[in-house]
Amino acid sequence: MKRSENQMKLYIPSLSVNEGLARQAVAVFVAQLNPTIEEISDIKCAVSEAVTNCIVHGYKYSSGIIYIGVKYYSDRTVVIEIRDNGCGIENVDEAMTPLFTTDTTGERSGMGFAVMQTFMDKLVVRSKRGEGVRVQMTKKLG
Amino acid sequence: MEKIKFNFENNVLSARIVGDIDHHSARGVREKIDSVIFDKKPLTVLLDLSTVDFMDSSGLGLILGRFTVCSEIGAEFKIYKPSRGVKKILELAGIERLMKIVGDDSDEA
Repeated sequence: MKRSENQMKLYIPSLSVNEGLARQAVAVFVAQLNPTIEEISDIKCAVSEAVTNCIVHGYKYSSGIIYIGVKYYSDRTVVIEIRDNGCGIENVDEAMTPLFTTDTTGERSGMGFAVMQTFMDKLVVRSKRGEGVRVQMTKKLG
Repeated sequence: MEKIKFNFENNVLSARIVGDIDHHSARGVREKIDSVIFDKKPLTVLLDLSTVDFMDSSGLGLILGRFTVCSEIGAEFKIYKPSRGVKKILELAGIERLMKIVGDDSDEA
């Protein structure tokens, strides 16, 4: 296993005001690799989706901690892990289907996982009911 | 903090959002825009995204929700000048199949 060149960890409370903080912090860290504007924009969007999921679905607006870990390697691969200890997802495949949402207000698009999947190279979602969600996203920069 | 600049002329309501659109900001934006729509009863609503640098899928929810509100009152809903990053997520969701996106590089409107 190749060793990571640099890494950062960020633990934040599940407040929606921290969505901006999370994506900005990850963007500033990844900026060390001189990414393109599009790469940074993709990463910010994917992080925002994952953190929003923790707040809205994992913790259902109650208080909890969101764990964010970012590593990059010498081959310019960036690995981002975002984790919560919330209610978990019973059916991960169903949750990852584009347009699937548990929301009934018509104000949520059901596109969160589709964005993470499209904007990053690889997405792995692990969860069990009652045991939180762990999202791992990988992107190789040019 | 996100702001919205409204302009109402000839039954066209334009709402220019300044700042990021995410889950945190979407609620305030939604409430402000809806209250102005119900107050002015425009025939066209133009959502101006020219000063939005960042938008995630909460913005898609915001757009789809306002599209529905406009359909219900018989108003046309259009998106104006999304930035490149915002356009990418609009395309992913196939938004242009539902509503007009005007004022970008490939459109002279």
